[in-house]
Amino acid sequence: MVKVDIELCTGCGVCEEACPFGAIKVQDDVASIDERCNLCGACVDVCSFEAISIQGLRKTGGEGNDHKGVWVFAEQRNGKIASVVLELLGEGRKLADKLGVDLSAVFFGDSVEMQTNELISYGADKVYVADAPILRDFNDEIYSKVLVDLINEYKPEIVLSGATAVGRSFIPEVSARLETGLTADCTALDIDTERRILLQTRPAFGGNIMATIICPDERPQMATVRHKVMKKATYDTNRKGEVIKKDINGYGVNLRTKVLEVVEEIGETVNIAEADVIVSGGRGLQEPKNFKLIEELAKILGGAVGASRGAVDAGWIPYSHQVGQTGKTVCPKLYIACGISGAVQHLVGMQSSDVIVAINIDKDAPIFDVATFGIAGDVFEVVPVLIKRFNEIRG
Amino acid sequence: MNIVVCIKQVPETTSVKINKDTNTLMREGVKSIINPFDMYAIEEGLRIKEKFGGRVSAVSMGPPQAEEALREAVSYGVDDAFLLSDRAFAGADTLATSRTLSKGIKKIGDFNLIICGKQAIDGDTAQVGPGIAEKLDIPFVAFVRKIREIGNRSIKVERMMDDGYDVMEITLPSLITVVKEINEPRMPSLRGKMKSKSIDIPTWGLADLEIGEDKVGLKGSATQVIKVFTPKRGGRREMLEGSVETQVGLLINRLNDLKVV
Ligand SMILES: Cc1cc2nc3c(=O)[nH]c(=O)nc-3n(C[C@H](O)[C@H](O)[C@H](O)COP(=O)(O)OP(=O)(O)OC[C@H]3O[C@@H](n4cnc5c(N)ncnc54)[C@H](O)[C@@H]3O)c2cc1C
Ligand SMILES: Nc1ncnc2c1ncn2[C@@H]1O[C@H](COP(=O)(O)O)[C@@H](O)[C@H]1O
Repeated sequence: MVKVDIELCTGCGVCEEACPFGAIKVQDDVASIDERCNLCGACVDVCSFEAISIQGLRKTGGEGNDHKGVWVFAEQRNGKIASVVLELLGEGRKLADKLGVDLSAVFFGDSVEMQTNELISYGADKVYVADAPILRDFNDEIYSKVLVDLINEYKPEIVLSGATAVGRSFIPEVSARLETGLTADCTALDIDTERRILLQTRPAFGGNIMATIICPDERPQMATVRHKVMKKATYDTNRKGEVIKKDINGYGVNLRTKVLEVVEEIGETVNIAEADVIVSGGRGLQEPKNFKLIEELAKILGGAVGASRGAVDAGWIPYSHQVGQTGKTVCPKLYIACGISGAVQHLVGMQSSDVIVAINIDKDAPIFDVATFGIAGDVFEVVPVLIKRFNEIRG
Repeated sequence: MNIVVCIKQVPETTSVKINKDTNTLMREGVKSIINPFDMYAIEEGLRIKEKFGGRVSAVSMGPPQAEEALREAVSYGVDDAFLLSDRAFAGADTLATSRTLSKGIKKIGDFNLIICGKQAIDGDTAQVGPGIAEKLDIPFVAFVRKIREIGNRSIKVERMMDDGYDVMEITLPSLITVVKEINEPRMPSLRGKMKSKSIDIPTWGLADLEIGEDKVGLKGSATQVIKVFTPKRGGRREMLEGSVETQVGLLINRLNDLKVV
């Protein structure tokens, strides 16, 4: 629990402001903490008087365990390696080098020999492969079983997966079965070389704060990692690696989970979770047919179409395009918001994009607070000119 | 069909804003709400019950005031509600939370289906649902956008993937986590509102659940938060002025300079 040393506390109130949970009140010049406290430690960091401490934490230090190596779960869908895997191999390489250990990829699929070589070219020293027809489609139950068994057998110290629908579905089951920690949706990873532990940084409260999280005692340390925040590994066909085959005979019996059908829906619009460019439309578009304008701009830029909930609730575009708190979190290189007011619930889903362009007729719209470049203007005037100019450039 | 829905009380994110001068969180009058995704879980539970009979129970782990969220759930039509609350539960990560909730659900009694929200908007982890399923050793499907069929021994559902959807079948008892697309939550009914005021909500603490002190709360957590800070923002905010042609010209130059197009 959090302890306040009443001798040291001056009642300055900085901790009260810093607490994300509203759990601190300064009364009679002393901070007191109520049951809303989530032990996040925000108050400990901001206190200049060292009056606040967290007690009852377990001893830290990953020494004394025999877990070694960094693993990347190499997700595939329809036989194609997900792009986030290449980013994880790039990041995994750095972590493995800092620790002085091997980088391995874990690959499940059907007839996937070719891809094994790809993973080695992208930097894996070892590839653990389970190759069988029942692994072609993503089935949580069997994926979890195979991964848990591999981890128990080879004991890696770090296991990373993409924060994709696949990773965020079955990795939590794996970590729960292994009774170890899992940090969701990380945007930065590093190693505390002294203690040999993984520092995992992720947004919380919809990106309003960042938290660095560790898993000091349990192994492996596990994290799912967001798309497009880590650098892709370099490709080198001269790299050599070892392939270790996992026999999964018998794993398919008595399964309680069946995949009946896999339906790809992306069609003309790219998957917004993976897109480098997203053009989003909101209620400012006024009519469903005006989404054509957004689609056209997206197409020229090779990007995907996003939407605010306002537009989705109006029935102008399917929910799978919704960006925000109750939709998808995206972080493309370029996000263009057209006729979107910028409600907090929308901002939390896109504010970590590299470059944000906002086009809105209302110059005071909150979307401009997060925009790199803002145009206070009418989408119906601005977007057609944008399309025209890009068309000229692209010939 | 006996259904358990897991609901979490969370701060309404709209009220968590950054004070631009001090770079700290402002939370004057932070309102607490039922996690938005859990509203869809409640609604789906009620719809299944209306078709197939049975009970819908709501469970929440949290501080004493999380009882408000449970009362609100009752106002929509949930039959009974249980609060798991104990100082020992504080500071739980998703592992400790999954363990505690799974023990609570066992104590509630026989269930056929557990429904969770896709994720809680304060932590955004989406880990507790699958964690509970693992601790109860039942199958699960995450990110369900539609229940196609409910049979005696299994259910067929559609789960939302990044590039489309999968049709899955899992045996009962099982757990699903749901996304917004699955339904449109209802308003509270008058009867529900009355009931929510009078219903007795049992509170179970550490002693009531078959679980060790070292498995719950901060002590039972595998992860620790060691630092919290406010993110650096791009901060290159620039409003482009002039005629539409000029604005667009400026924008294209800027984007070219940054090499994003
Ligand atoms: C629990 C909860 C969860 C939510 N989750 C999400 C979520 O995931 N994603 C999300 O987006 N929202 C979410 N919302 C809704 C959010 O609060 C807003 O209501 C929504 O984002 C508004 O959509 P909008 O910006 O398209 O519409 P509006 O707020 O109506 O804004 C339209 C904008 O278009 C501008 N405009 C109008 N005409 C023109 C024109 N001709 N040219 C240029 N600009 C024009 C207007 O100035 C205005 O700023 C959530 C809300 C709640 C309560
Ligand atoms: N403390 C809690 N009490 C009840 N249900 C919870 C709790 N924490 C998480 N859940 C459930 O698990 C889902 C996912 O939460 P999370 O893993 O925290 O994102 C939520 O939508 C709830 O259904």
